[in-house]
Amino acid sequence: MKPKVAFFDFTSCEGCQLDVLNLTGEEVLDLLNAVDIVNFREAKTEREDNYEIAFIEGSITRESEIPRLQKIREQAKVLVALGACACMGGINCLKNHLPMEEALRIVYGKDAKNYDTFPARPVDTVVSVDYYVRGCPPVTAELLKVIKALLLGKKPDIPNYPVCVECKMAGNVCVFERGMTCLGPVARAGCGAICVTGGRYCWGCRGLVDDPNIDSEKDILKKYGLTVEQVVEKFNIYNTYAEVTK
Amino acid sequence: MKQVNINVHQVTRVEGHGNIVLSARDGKIEEIRWEVTESPRLFEAMLRGRYYDDASHIASRICGICSIAHSTASIQATEAAFGIQPSEQTLLLRKLLYSAELLESHILHALFLVAPDFLGVGSVFPLVATHKDVVLMALRLKKLAYNLAELLAQRKTHPLSCLVGGFAKLPDLSELEAIRGRLEDALVDLDATVELFKTLSIPDFVRETEYIALKDPKEYAFISGEIASTDAGVTPVADYLEVTNEFCIPHSTAKYTRNKRDSYMVGALARFNINHDQLLPQARRAATELGLSAPCHNPFMITVAQVVETVHAIEDSINLIDQILARGLEEEKNLMKVRAGRGIGAVEAPRGILFHDYTYDENGVLTEANCVIPTNQNHNNIQKDMEALVPLILGESEDKIRLTLEMLVRAYDPCISCSAHALKVTFK
Repeated sequence: MKPKVAFFDFTSCEGCQLDVLNLTGEEVLDLLNAVDIVNFREAKTEREDNYEIAFIEGSITRESEIPRLQKIREQAKVLVALGACACMGGINCLKNHLPMEEALRIVYGKDAKNYDTFPARPVDTVVSVDYYVRGCPPVTAELLKVIKALLLGKKPDIPNYPVCVECKMAGNVCVFERGMTCLGPVARAGCGAICVTGGRYCWGCRGLVDDPNIDSEKDILKKYGLTVEQVVEKFNIYNTYAEVTK
Repeated sequence: MKQVNINVHQVTRVEGHGNIVLSARDGKIEEIRWEVTESPRLFEAMLRGRYYDDASHIASRICGICSIAHSTASIQATEAAFGIQPSEQTLLLRKLLYSAELLESHILHALFLVAPDFLGVGSVFPLVATHKDVVLMALRLKKLAYNLAELLAQRKTHPLSCLVGGFAKLPDLSELEAIRGRLEDALVDLDATVELFKTLSIPDFVRETEYIALKDPKEYAFISGEIASTDAGVTPVADYLEVTNEFCIPHSTAKYTRNKRDSYMVGALARFNINHDQLLPQARRAATELGLSAPCHNPFMITVAQVVETVHAIEDSINLIDQILARGLEEEKNLMKVRAGRGIGAVEAPRGILFHDYTYDENGVLTEANCVIPTNQNHNNIQKDMEALVPLILGESEDKIRLTLEMLVRAYDPCISCSAHALKVTFK
């Protein structure tokens, strides 16, 4: 029997789910040989509730999402948080800077009272999570790696070192040398430093490494005449939840 | 006494969350409602207070499917606010990147989300056994679109290198030349897609409405031009609020819009109705073969218009690459300058016209942001279509009615995550 897999979306842009479909024909056929996808609303009408593996996309931003998520946790033997929103709250947490009434008023004006929402939070603040597929968006190859690992009941080998390591391997000129701030020294790798390679800098969408060397980041900032505030502003795009609850 | 109760909670094979509610008794409709239940995401509030440099990065995350459209609208709004005129080179690259998203989004919708309805299955997965060639072709076209976007902006979902004033990294010319060959090959795949769509029987339903799309005298518009309406003529982008007239309704977290009539339509069919004479030759031929001619007032034909636009996008990509190869690419001087002001970016996202309206202070910090999303502009039209369609099909079985209404919603290719800012059908 192939294990049954389900995908569920909470508050998100659904880009992570979409990238699941960004596979070559061969990869899709391999995947469908290994698992049965029984629940995938964005791509599939039929639903079955006897899944063993659940992928959760999105952060939790309203009351009604909590019992829904708890029910999924009760059913699933393995629960995977897919993407930055599910893993750490992600971009949805940007609204957490404002009082919710204020944020609603900005968008919906006098009708704000009709809308139900609370500060965005990651999946593991509501239920336990077995695997994390980080990133905004996640790297498809890493997603496949996690699927393989969980099918074998193993722990996937996910980097726990800073983006700088991969950035050096990619042969990039250091972002600080180009006069910009970057979270590379403290942010978790696994992305291949794609943002720096593309001419940008790291926003830390995969979160921090487990033991970030904050002092060294500060030293770098000092060396380049940058401020902690400049880093914090970049940092809070994806890590606001952690920051606000600290 | 025939009672019909349809309640479709969270329509599948659409992006985001929507319900259809229909209740009818003895052939009389008691209630028809298209409800949008997406969680409010509050992007306009998130953008406020951010430095310009983060705006397109955040805005692209409104939607995973049309992140290039949001990113481009955001960049153009910021450029308009700062008075920056992007170079010809930048515009060529931007259009090429834009084609990649259009190709990916339309193929995903036409072949993965819509085609299963016509082939009598609930998703693309069973088609792996019955229509393997179609599935592999769709995956091949999607991969091509992803690779084209990767070449220009590192990735398709949440693009990286496209910025205010230009591109942070330029693509390699030899790689552009290589992907040009794959685009030529893709035209063969699209012939097969056109053949497939010729065999599908599209529901015959007509309801004329107002159609709105960008219009540019120079080309079939995606990232330039003014707002054209089939009812009201041309309006400058600066006056977009006069066209969109957003309002809130109780059962929906998305805002609704209306202009000259009760509702209007945006997206591939609206663009086709307004700009069809600017389609490139093969796309025009595909339209003829598929029986699509302007004006077309059948919303189920939106998907057909998407197939036609896909052909156009590939032809256009080949032309754009030829222009880039002929002129070469060079590092350009940084055009960035910050000033206080308001700017509006308007683009044609795959699902229709999209506006980002930003106001900056003198330090380049956003003080106001307003985004008007294509799907929001279609919600009201979906509702009005349902009201016109249901009386015509009320004699059918509940299953048939449900499927037809779901197909109607799906035809619009709604992108509800964007719009939150579906189908529930109850027949009593």
